[in-house]
Amino acid sequence: MRGNSCSLLTAGQDEEHEYGLQDYASATPRWCPGCGDHGILTGVQRVLEAEQLPPEQTVFVSGIGCASRLPHYVKTYGFHGIHGRALPVATGIKLHRPELNVFVVMGDGDCCSIGAGHWIHAIRYNIDMVVLLLDNEIYGLTKNQTSPTTPQGFPSNTQPRGSYLPPLNPLVTTLGVSNASFVAQTADWAPAHVFEVIRAAYRHPGFAFVRILQRCPQYTTAIFDSAVRDPSLVEMLVHENGVIVPELQGIYKNQRRHDPSNLDQARRLAEDVEPVRLGIFYRNEDRPRYEETRHVPPHSVEDRLRLLNKEFDRHAL
Amino acid sequence: MTETPSTSAPDGGAAGVAPPEPRLIKLSEHTIEIVSDPGEGAQKCGQIFGQVSARMGNGVWTVEIIPAEIQPPARSPAGGSGNRIRIGSGPVTNWGDQAGLVVAFNEQVLLGRHRLDALSDDAIILLDSLWSRHDDERIREEWQKGMKELAGRSYRLIEVPIEEACLEIVDTPRRGKNMFVLGMLACLYQRDVALIMDLIAQSFRKKSPDVVKINHDLLDLGYRWANDNLDFRFDVPATKPEGPMLVTNGNQAVALGAIAAGMDLCAMYPITPATSVSHYLSDIFEEFGGMVHQAEDEIAAAGVAIGASYAGKVAFTVTSGPGLALKTEFLGLAVMGEIPLVVVDVQRGGPSTGLPTKVEQSDLLAALFGQPGDAPRVVIAPATIDECFHLMITARRIAETFRCVVIVLSDANLASGVQPYPRPEVDPRWMAGPIDQSPVAQGARPFDWDPDTGLSHRIIPGQPGGMHTLTGLAHDESSEIAYDPDAHERGCAMRSRKLAVIQKALRPPALHGDPDGDLLVVGWGSTKGAIEEAVDRARAEGYRVSSTNITFLSPLQPGLKEIFGRFNRVMTVEINYSDAPDAPYITPENRRMGQLAWLLRANTLVDVDCWTRVPGQPLRPGRIHEVIRNVLLKGRTA
Repeated sequence: MRGNSCSLLTAGQDEEHEYGLQDYASATPRWCPGCGDHGILTGVQRVLEAEQLPPEQTVFVSGIGCASRLPHYVKTYGFHGIHGRALPVATGIKLHRPELNVFVVMGDGDCCSIGAGHWIHAIRYNIDMVVLLLDNEIYGLTKNQTSPTTPQGFPSNTQPRGSYLPPLNPLVTTLGVSNASFVAQTADWAPAHVFEVIRAAYRHPGFAFVRILQRCPQYTTAIFDSAVRDPSLVEMLVHENGVIVPELQGIYKNQRRHDPSNLDQARRLAEDVEPVRLGIFYRNEDRPRYEETRHVPPHSVEDRLRLLNKEFDRHAL
Repeated sequence: MTETPSTSAPDGGAAGVAPPEPRLIKLSEHTIEIVSDPGEGAQKCGQIFGQVSARMGNGVWTVEIIPAEIQPPARSPAGGSGNRIRIGSGPVTNWGDQAGLVVAFNEQVLLGRHRLDALSDDAIILLDSLWSRHDDERIREEWQKGMKELAGRSYRLIEVPIEEACLEIVDTPRRGKNMFVLGMLACLYQRDVALIMDLIAQSFRKKSPDVVKINHDLLDLGYRWANDNLDFRFDVPATKPEGPMLVTNGNQAVALGAIAAGMDLCAMYPITPATSVSHYLSDIFEEFGGMVHQAEDEIAAAGVAIGASYAGKVAFTVTSGPGLALKTEFLGLAVMGEIPLVVVDVQRGGPSTGLPTKVEQSDLLAALFGQPGDAPRVVIAPATIDECFHLMITARRIAETFRCVVIVLSDANLASGVQPYPRPEVDPRWMAGPIDQSPVAQGARPFDWDPDTGLSHRIIPGQPGGMHTLTGLAHDESSEIAYDPDAHERGCAMRSRKLAVIQKALRPPALHGDPDGDLLVVGWGSTKGAIEEAVDRARAEGYRVSSTNITFLSPLQPGLKEIFGRFNRVMTVEINYSDAPDAPYITPENRRMGQLAWLLRANTLVDVDCWTRVPGQPLRPGRIHEVIRNVLLKGRTA
C-alpha cells in the first residue's frame, strides 16, 4: 500500500503533530503469554508510527480467530467481522473509500480454509491493501484443530493420529494466482524483519500478501521450535528491491540474493519447506489494480438527478 | 378445428381472391401469448407488442415465458420461450387468466402451454404450418399426435405459413419469424405501425441499417398476410393515461430506484431471476458515478456491500433465495454491528435450486427469521413495478436512519413483468447526503443507544476521534467486547426496539373494498393485482369481500388486529406452500400454513386461514375468485 494518498491528508490536519507508538495502542491484548501475535502487533504499530498513518484514516479488518482480535488492540478504525470473510469487507471499504489505509489480518483457518475462495479472488483484484496471514498452523481459539497449513503427521484434537494431508503452502498458492503482485514471508521471532516486511507491504501499491510464521505456545511450539532456536535453518532472501535487515545479518548467516521481480524463481523458492525462507518473494508494482480499473468519479446530487431524468426519457411512454 | 386460410400464397391475394371482410371483436381486455423455441425471438416480438400497446394508451402487463435452460432441445413442450401480454382499456395489474390468442412457432411449444391450461377454451391459435408437412416423418407424426391432443378443446386453430413466408426475405427464418408475427399482431390489434417500426429500429440500433430494413420488411409481410387472410380483428380501446408514464420491468425499476436513492455500489453474484438488475445497472451505473461489483460468490457480495456501507454510503446486494441463504451470516453481522444495508431478494421457487426462473413467495419467513440468534431486520415487499422503484428509496433511507438491514422482497413475476407506471418526479431528498467526516465529539461512543428508541449515531471511518473496532461479538456502547449478561440483553433490546420505532411511523394497510364484510383476503407482494381483480369480480356478484396488501412485513404495519376484527373471516392468498386442510394426516394442530398466514396468526392471535399454491406461475385472478366464492358459499377454499 502506498503512503502518498494519506500524506496529503495528514498535511491538511496538524502538521506539527507527530504520532508516537502510544497513539496506536488500544486495549491490552488478551492473547496467551508467549503468543507470537504480541510481537506482530508491535511490528504493525511500529510501521504505523514509521509511516505516520493518521489513525482515523486507517482501518484494520479481520475475521475470526486469535489473529483476528488484532484490530481491537490497535487504535485505528477496526472491523472484526466473521470467520473467513475479512477480504470481501476490506474490498468493499476500498472500493468506496480508496483513500483509506486498509490492513487485513487473518489466521490460517480464516484465510486458507473457510475464506480460501475470497483469498484467491482478492489476489486477482489486487486492491491496494496490506494482508497479513498470521499462520500458527493450527486452530487456536477453538482449541487445537488441524488447519490447512498444519504439517502432515502433526496431531491435533480432530486428527489425533496426525494430520492426514500434506499442508497447503500459502506462498505457493498466492504466487500461483494470476495478478499476484506482492508475496512475502516473515516470522514473529524476528521482529526487525517483521517490521521491514510489513513496511514494504504497506508501501507496495496493490494487494500485499505477507505470511507471518507465528508461534502458538499452546499447541504448535514444536512446529517452529527448531527454526526459532537454530538460525541456520532459516534462509534470508535479500535484495535491494526486497528487504535487507542489517541487524539480522549477524544472526541469520544464510543469505540468498533473490530478485523479487523474478516470478519463476520466487515460485521455486516458495516450494521448499526447508530452509525456512524469510523475505520478499515477489513484487510487481505494474499489475492492474481493481479499484483503479473500476474507479468512477462521484457525481453531485444535481448531476445524478439530471441523468436520472434522461434515463427516464428512455423508458418514457 | 384446424383451418388453413383459403389464400395460402405468402404474398397474399395471389390467387385473386378478395380478402374476407374481417369481423371486429370489441373487448375491454385481451391476453395474448407468443411462444417459440428459445432463440427464435418470440420474447422480442412480445416486448415490442407490449411497448407499442402501452404507448398507444392501453393498460399492459407483460410476463416472460422462459425455460430454465438457455437452449433446450428444439420443439419441446417444456422448452417454450416467449411472452404473455395482457392488454386492457384500463390499467392492467396482473397477467390475467387464460390467453385468448396464441401465436406458436411450432406445435410442441403450443402443447406446453396447452398442458399448463394457459389457453381459454375459445382461444384462437395461430400456428406455423411448416411442421405438418415436414420432410422428417417423425416430426409429422408428432404434429399429428399434437393435433389429436388439442382436439379435446374448442380452440380455433389456424395454420399460418410463417416460416415459408419469411423465406421470401431471409435465408434463416430462425431470426425473422418473430417480426412476421409482430406484423400479424399489428394488423389484428390495429397497432400503430410507424411506432412499431421506430421500436424495431431502436431495438436493432447496434446492428446495420440492412438488418433494420429486413426486419421492417418482415413486419410488413406479416401485416399483409394477416390482412389478406384472417377474418377477425380485435378492438381493445385505449384511454390515454393522465400525466407522463414510464414502462420498465420490475428489475429495471429496482435498479432505477437504487440510483434515485443515491446508492453507488451494487455487489452481486449471478443468480436468476435477480441478475437482470445488475445487467441493466452495469450498462448505466457508471454514468451516475456508481458501479456493479460482480463478487466471487454470494457471501462475498454481501461482504463487499457491508464493507462499503460501513465506510460511508449505504450499498446494496441483489440476490434470490439460495443467495439469501448464503448471505445469512453476513446479514447477522450487519444487524449486530448496526451497519446499514439493503438486500434485494427477487424470489423464485424453492427450496434448493427449486424453480430458478419461476415465481414464488416463499422467502418471507427466511427474510424475517432465517438467522441464528435474534437478528431483527426490516422486510418490505413491493406489490407493483412502481413500488419496486419507490421502495428502494424507502429501503435506503430506513437502513441509514435506523442503522439496520432492510430486505426488499421482490419476485420473478415483478422481475420480468412490464407495466406502465407514473413517471417519478425526481427529488433530491431521495439521495444519501455526503459522508460525515467531521471530528467526533469527545466522549461520543459508536453505540450511544437512546435507551427508548435504540437509535444511535453512526461513526464512519475517517472521522477524527471516532476510532473504534466494530465487532460481531456481543458488545457495549463503546463497541467493547462484553460478555456480561446485562450487556447482551441491552444490545438485543436496542436492536429490536428500532423496529417498534419504525412501526410507529407506519400506517395501517389500505383496504380494497368495504371496511368490513364477510371475508378479508390478505396478500403481500406481487399478488396484489390478481387479488384485487378477483375481489372486484366477487363484489360485482354481491359478495361482501375486501382485500389488503401488506407492504411492511417486518415490522408489520399497525392496526391489523382491529381491521381483521371487522371481517367474519380472514384468509391470506400467497404463492407459497401450505398443507391442504383435508389432506391425509393434516389436522388443525399440525397444518403448516402459508408464510404470511403464520406471521399474522402469531402477531394478531386471529384465526387467519390461507389459500396458497406453488405452480411456478403467478396466481390467476379467476382462480382466486373461485376460492373466494367457495369460502363464502361452502366455508372452505375447495
